[in-house]
Amino acid sequence: MSILTMRNVTRLFGGLAAVSDANLYLNEGELVGLIGPNGAGKTTLFNLITGVYEPSKGEICLEHNGEMVQIGGKEPYKISQLGISRTFQNIRLFKSMTVLDNLLVAMHKNCKYSIVSGILRLPSFFTHEEAMRKEAMHILEFVGLDKFAEDQARNLSYGEQRKLEIARALATHPKLLFLDEPAAGMNPQETAELTELIHKIRDEFHVTILLIEHDMSLVMNLCERIYVLDYGRLIANGTPEEIKHNKRVIEAYLGEEV
Amino acid sequence: MRKLLNRSTLCWIALTIGVYAVIAALIHRDIINAYYQITLITIAIDIVLAVSLNLIIGVCGQFSLGHAGFMCIGAYCGAIVTKTMPNLTGLLLGLVVGIVVSALAALVVAIPTLRLKGDYLAIATLGFSEIIRIIVLNLEITNGAAGLTNIPKMTNWTIAYIAIVVSLIIIVNFGRSSSGRACISIREDEIAAEAMGINLTKYKCIAFIIGAALASVAGGLYASYFRVIKPELFNFNKSVDVLIIVVFGGIGSITGSVIAGVLLGLITLALQSFAQVRMILYAVAIVAIMIFRPEGLLGTSEFTFSGLFKRFKKGGVKHVDSNNA
Repeated sequence: MSILTMRNVTRLFGGLAAVSDANLYLNEGELVGLIGPNGAGKTTLFNLITGVYEPSKGEICLEHNGEMVQIGGKEPYKISQLGISRTFQNIRLFKSMTVLDNLLVAMHKNCKYSIVSGILRLPSFFTHEEAMRKEAMHILEFVGLDKFAEDQARNLSYGEQRKLEIARALATHPKLLFLDEPAAGMNPQETAELTELIHKIRDEFHVTILLIEHDMSLVMNLCERIYVLDYGRLIANGTPEEIKHNKRVIEAYLGEEV
Repeated sequence: MRKLLNRSTLCWIALTIGVYAVIAALIHRDIINAYYQITLITIAIDIVLAVSLNLIIGVCGQFSLGHAGFMCIGAYCGAIVTKTMPNLTGLLLGLVVGIVVSALAALVVAIPTLRLKGDYLAIATLGFSEIIRIIVLNLEITNGAAGLTNIPKMTNWTIAYIAIVVSLIIIVNFGRSSSGRACISIREDEIAAEAMGINLTKYKCIAFIIGAALASVAGGLYASYFRVIKPELFNFNKSVDVLIIVVFGGIGSITGSVIAGVLLGLITLALQSFAQVRMILYAVAIVAIMIFRPEGLLGTSEFTFSGLFKRFKKGGVKHVDSNNA
């Protein structure tokens, strides 16, 4: 059953159509890749779904309590509360907060105590705060960052910061996880680790994952289905095998084999 | 209850009572005489103003230049109520009225202006505090430019100290709750915060309103200590004075604001005898501090007892503790 559908979505910047007439669907539990040349509109597509941009045309629907709800043009925080979480191409952590606090911010929407009990330190503050910390530590352990819990996020290495962004996105309890170039700047070994981690995340947290990536080894190994975007248009949709042999994709992005 | 009463909380309680008792004893012995008491109460009021502004600027990252406006509301509300009810209940009621009015004013200002960023927000809040001043200047009940005089004097060291302690508890506990973390995340990265489900407008408004309410308490205490208020006291300069304390102490450090409030108060006192060159020396002192410590006295770190204990255990290893109470 599809958990997200995009129908005829277009986004114009002035006269330029960054995304035009895009149709896309994601099934529950799928691991889907989104590839395409630089400037093809991949991040714009992410930004449309996560509410950073409003679609100029078309509709985006998300499954919520058994119904498809229109989310195109809603504020990003509402979309996040409906269960879509993301990471950013250029890492956007809360740098001077601790690693643990980064996750706790993401868990705020499920925080069960009020501002007043936080200020007055009522018993509910301690119970819920402890529960939140426990859960955050569980996620940190899962991605292997638990030993850095009290360190400032800015002090982590580049690869660890990327992992922390994924952990933070998971802390919002998403149904749908969007990863924007998770392997950018990583060496082959780190990429292999990341591939394994993303697999584990899908199985453990039961999320549907859509990822943008330029690293073909990662995309081809990991994704069950791939969308290809070129000049704002989705030109192909299929399994990695189909995509590898698709003529238009080879022309636009993968290049001829020598 | 056991969680509330751990070692560092007990230390804080001891420190709080200790500082109060020492200064009360000094006042009793007349070592802090009536002249020094003026400085003492001014410092107390400045600390309340600075920590409340630090909540808006340091914790939530919203650059506001309108703090004098909220102080003005609190001062006039307090003065008008205590003039008709010259007792402690009147003072309390006056403070409550001030809190309500300034919180409402803050909400009205916050919703349209907090969409602005950086310099634009500063200009908008500055404009707002000027509007408050002009309104007060033209109202009948506030007695225009002449201001209000003969306000009953009720503020003393005890009341001022309670105000400091209460505002510190509110701000520190808020900063370390989930909502406080939401505010800090807005300071760190608005786009990421929003993507993590934080309602930016809501949390900016909450920080702004708590800050405004505490500033109005400071205003109420000011009115009932100095007994005379007029609109020109709450102009742009007053907002800048408070901002200087915050920047001097370290933007984001509540401990820094407290220490800076005390130090700047003492510097002003020490320079009293050099009437002519006082403002020049004050300015030079601030410039010097900003050259040698541009991040402010404490940067963004806080003094905590648990940090202190850890440092003792580690044997003098430098430990910067910003989050653990």
